[in-house]
Amino acid sequence: MQAIFNKYPRLWRVFNLLLPFLATLAALAVGAVMLILLGENPLAAYSALMEGALGSTNALADTLVKATPLLLVAVGICIAFRGGVLNIGGEGQLVVGALASTVVGLAFPDAAGVVVIPLALLCGFLAGAVWGAIPGLLKAYFNVNEILSTIMMNAIAVQGMNYLLRAPLIDPVQLESASRIPQTARLAIAFDLPRLIPTRLHLGTGLAILAAILVYIFLWRTVIGYRIRAVGLNPHASRYAGINVPRYIVLALLLSGAFAGLAGAVQVYGLHHRMFTDGSATGFTGSAGFNGIVVALFGNLHPLGAIPASFLFGALLVGANKLQRVMQVPSAFIIGLNGLVVVFVVSSEYFKRRWAVRRETETIEKVPIACEAEEMT
Amino acid sequence: MISDLFTMTVFVGILASGIRLATPYLFAAIGETIGQKSGVLNLGVEGIMLLGAFASFYVTFTTNNLGLGLLAAIIVGAVLGLMVAFVNVTLKAEQGISGIGFYLFGLGISELLFQITMGTVETVSGFPPIYIPILSDLPVVGDILFRHNLLVYTAFFLVPVSWFLLNKTTLGLKIRAVGENPEAADTMGVSVTGIRYFTCILGGVFSGVAGASLSIALLNVFQQNLTSGQGFIAVALVYFGGWRPFGVLIGSLIFSLVNALQLWVQIKSLPIPSDIAIMMPYVLTILALVIAVQRVRPPSALAKPFERGG
Repeated sequence: MQAIFNKYPRLWRVFNLLLPFLATLAALAVGAVMLILLGENPLAAYSALMEGALGSTNALADTLVKATPLLLVAVGICIAFRGGVLNIGGEGQLVVGALASTVVGLAFPDAAGVVVIPLALLCGFLAGAVWGAIPGLLKAYFNVNEILSTIMMNAIAVQGMNYLLRAPLIDPVQLESASRIPQTARLAIAFDLPRLIPTRLHLGTGLAILAAILVYIFLWRTVIGYRIRAVGLNPHASRYAGINVPRYIVLALLLSGAFAGLAGAVQVYGLHHRMFTDGSATGFTGSAGFNGIVVALFGNLHPLGAIPASFLFGALLVGANKLQRVMQVPSAFIIGLNGLVVVFVVSSEYFKRRWAVRRETETIEKVPIACEAEEMT
Repeated sequence: MISDLFTMTVFVGILASGIRLATPYLFAAIGETIGQKSGVLNLGVEGIMLLGAFASFYVTFTTNNLGLGLLAAIIVGAVLGLMVAFVNVTLKAEQGISGIGFYLFGLGISELLFQITMGTVETVSGFPPIYIPILSDLPVVGDILFRHNLLVYTAFFLVPVSWFLLNKTTLGLKIRAVGENPEAADTMGVSVTGIRYFTCILGGVFSGVAGASLSIALLNVFQQNLTSGQGFIAVALVYFGGWRPFGVLIGSLIFSLVNALQLWVQIKSLPIPSDIAIMMPYVLTILALVIAVQRVRPPSALAKPFERGG
């Protein structure tokens, strides 16, 4: 392969872009084997998947709706990755962002939508920023591994959500009823994000695309963005260049969390119009906090690359839901399949490195991960 | 009011259940310690625990044979450990992310298999407690330490064994060399890949048994997300314990005692919401990490793939 790619560098670039798809297809193939073992027909299953994701206007709109939080989380993940930190805390950041924005909506039920919606989105953004900044501070100043601290922050956010939705924030109607479903009241209809066409597609999708463009400009066209990338690529050199490395580590995780928080707010105001929990993070987030990482990898850790990547991944998830309904496979299958896709995509990076065209201009940018900040502080 | 509830019996009960609840942490964290010592971060412990817990529960439930159940957890753990090794060592995947993939895989597939094969929550009679002769008759101490089941004793026995393995054997030296300086180890003729495969599979087996210790020894049930984050805490305990088996032991005991207390709080329905009580171990983990990591340094090559001549 190496020889072929050296001869045809353009083929390499195509391969490079196609690799995550191939990895996903491989994961779906393994999923098909599992379906066969369950006694299902995988061809029928996957044709249901395709149809469910792209088969109609509604399906397409659902795909875009599903892609929206993925894109917002992925954009944040790009910032963290470029800054040399790994943000596994998207789930928790998304949850606190959703909670904060819900509180705003519940606090001002009679205010005008034009006031409340931006305020709520801002609060979601800020809450996510706080949830991301804590692991950032712990990493930069106390040398605490951010992978572990963000996982713990996820668990804390979920328990906080469960507590708030079971007691202080619970829908008064649910409080009366016997079932006591842990969810808030529906937010005022005036606060719904405008719908774009008569489907579930809402303005949040446009907002997410705008965020991706702004983050691209931020990372590659501003001094602060440049410094974040510099710290990610080489913290030692950055320090000698006079950059306050710990501060930019915090900033990278803070911003990363902020976009996940915004994703949570958009989910509430664009899609669910209330906050609910099934006891786990996945119930509300649909694992968007984790899947955003995969989307970011799909998009080569570039905010603009994340746009098509999130669409594809959204299609996969919507289709998988359809598959689950049609085939009557337990929904846990989707979570397991999701895990396989994560493993396959992150493993496929190997072939990128292995077959990378060895020419100065064509070498892929080495992605900075897990920087050794312990030596920096 | 608190003092009324906190009698001697309660005290002994909490300590004894603290010892018991340390079992899954110990199995998982000791396995992870050995893996991390060789330079591999396996964040998928939680997923392997879930699959191990399901496998052992299902086999025990259908065959009524605890030994076969345990064997099932060992086999499942070994297979998943092999997969982790292939992805993290051979394919050199980013270990923080691949681990999340394994976690989701284990979470989804264990639940899927549970729904297909059983559907409803059942119970089994798990490993019975073994009263150590003479010692178990001691007042207080006997109740706390010497009336546990086989897996509890095994978990505690693993601590000195793993310490011996890591620090006093040639294999342990190779494991540490591969984790500290793989280039040098490679030059000396140690197979970096071979050692890391070995530690990943061993860690997988321990994670699988950790899951089994929940499903067929401590709780004797299987349900969705049975492990509820204990695998992730086990990974954190490795950092907390400074990559030393005895450090891991101390961390595991602190956490299991907090868990025992939290369960007691829930049963007594003290005026603390259970969601907040469940949150406490995670807050404690973060605080523990802040304190612990100031003292020790991780293995130099942790989570870094080895590239020969690279």
